[in-house]
Amino acid sequence: MNAEERAIYGDIGRKGLWENNTALVQLLGLCPLLAVSTSFVNAVSLSLATVLVMAMSSGAVAALRTLIPHEIRIPVFVLIIAALVTCLDLAFNAWLHDLYLVLGIFIPLIVTNCIVLARVEAFAAKNSPLAAAWDGAAMGVGLLWVLALLGSARELIGAGTLFSGIDMIVPGAHAIQVFGDEYRGLLIAILPPGAFIFLGLLIAARNAWVARVQARAAAPHTPVEAASA
Amino acid sequence: MYNSPYLRQNTSVRRVMTTVLVAMLPAIAVQSWLFGAALLVQIALASATALACEALMLALRGRPVAPALTDMSALVTAWLIAVCLPPLLPWWTTVLGTAFALIIGKHLYGGLGQNPFNPAMLAYALLIVSFPALMSQWPGLNVGDFATQMDWVFGGARALDGVTGATPMDALRTGLMTGSDTAAVMRSTAFGHVAGAGWEWVALAWGAGGLLLLALRIITWHVPVAFLAVMSLVSGIASLIDAAHYAGPALHLLAGGTMMGAFFIATDPVSGATTPRGKLIFAAGIALIAWLIRAFGAYPDGIAFAVLLMNICVPLIDMKTQPPVFGHKNGGAP
Repeated sequence: MNAEERAIYGDIGRKGLWENNTALVQLLGLCPLLAVSTSFVNAVSLSLATVLVMAMSSGAVAALRTLIPHEIRIPVFVLIIAALVTCLDLAFNAWLHDLYLVLGIFIPLIVTNCIVLARVEAFAAKNSPLAAAWDGAAMGVGLLWVLALLGSARELIGAGTLFSGIDMIVPGAHAIQVFGDEYRGLLIAILPPGAFIFLGLLIAARNAWVARVQARAAAPHTPVEAASA
Repeated sequence: MYNSPYLRQNTSVRRVMTTVLVAMLPAIAVQSWLFGAALLVQIALASATALACEALMLALRGRPVAPALTDMSALVTAWLIAVCLPPLLPWWTTVLGTAFALIIGKHLYGGLGQNPFNPAMLAYALLIVSFPALMSQWPGLNVGDFATQMDWVFGGARALDGVTGATPMDALRTGLMTGSDTAAVMRSTAFGHVAGAGWEWVALAWGAGGLLLLALRIITWHVPVAFLAVMSLVSGIASLIDAAHYAGPALHLLAGGTMMGAFFIATDPVSGATTPRGKLIFAAGIALIAWLIRAFGAYPDGIAFAVLLMNICVPLIDMKTQPPVFGHKNGGAP
């Protein structure tokens, strides 16, 4: 991989993780984002599934992009995505059955998650398979870290625990009671309004951060910086 | 050379807000007389929290702190929150609700005049959704002396079911669910002459304070009249159809938050409708939704949720009810 390619792949990764973050900037796929972020384990496991689907479907569509007729590309994309999600759904059912029962309808609903189709249509249909798979994975991981943050914040404030339900993935592991047994939990954090409030706060934090960075970049260099440069 | 208007009133935010605070005094006095002085402590708690949050948010937003702190608007929000909550609530619950109202409900939307939702009702909704058990512990008449009440508020001691009485709305809901009819429930001990021992006097005091606001032209007649008329109408019709399951207008007007909602909550000039016809629609919608929640919903009283739901509709209501510009027909459209 030469320097130019490295720059391109770095750019794709940066866009997926931060600049065009699906949850904080594009605000796509809010339905699963809000519905499964009630706990860390639910949030991370569903977004890991989404990462897998996005990487595989983007790669598959990019490999087949010259064969797919332009006029019927959307139904073909959806078929490819649906096939991959079905495999994943069956895998969850077979190997992580408890988690499968908790996540329920949201695994099949990855098919309808607009992030997946958006990346396939906007990126994978025009780029090489490797770049497309990398883009899908980066966009998915961008969703993953936001969901992980949202899930832990809601679980921590709503129930006073972290990693509840971890025994569904790692047998024998236990949830952490962060605030002790006395904590009764702020129920609203677990309920849907809590998801909107926390996501709003995360978006506000990101916007504030970006505005600060831009203001610093626009400001004239101070003598100290000029000397070090 | 001066521009019109030549006659102008010396109104300011501070004067309006101070008048609202004064108009709340009768109800606060009656409620603390009948149910104990814990209410006054809750008001102090909420006020201190509101002023602290207001100062903090103004400082964070880089706005001048002193003028906004002395305009009394934070105090009005704090007092309205304190009177909505059961007075024996643990202190941190009041602080949490008030902080949520001021920080998220008011300042994150841009501060005074910008909030789409009534901050006091947001605080109430947050607390009743999060702590339904705590929020149903209303004191009965003369429950505990002041020291005992303070022990419940600050000491972490929990009031027992025996000393906390149900409000009329709670009693009616539980009674109907356990199979008795409205007449039997209303003969029980929780009820006074019309709408719950003591609570009818608190409601009348809210009405008196509201009439003061009307007389001083702080509020217009549209909201309270539409609110109380629709509440009487729907509860009257329902009780005519099936008196055993639907309480009559007297109860619905004098119990729960009807009077306070009609005069002090739905008249909020920021989160409520602003056009005359819009105010009628806004208040009628609140009364209808509140009655529906009382009659069929899972919560005993629905004023807070009804206000929040109608708050969402305000931009549409205001847009559709603009009065015609002078000299034009059809709202000034060409």
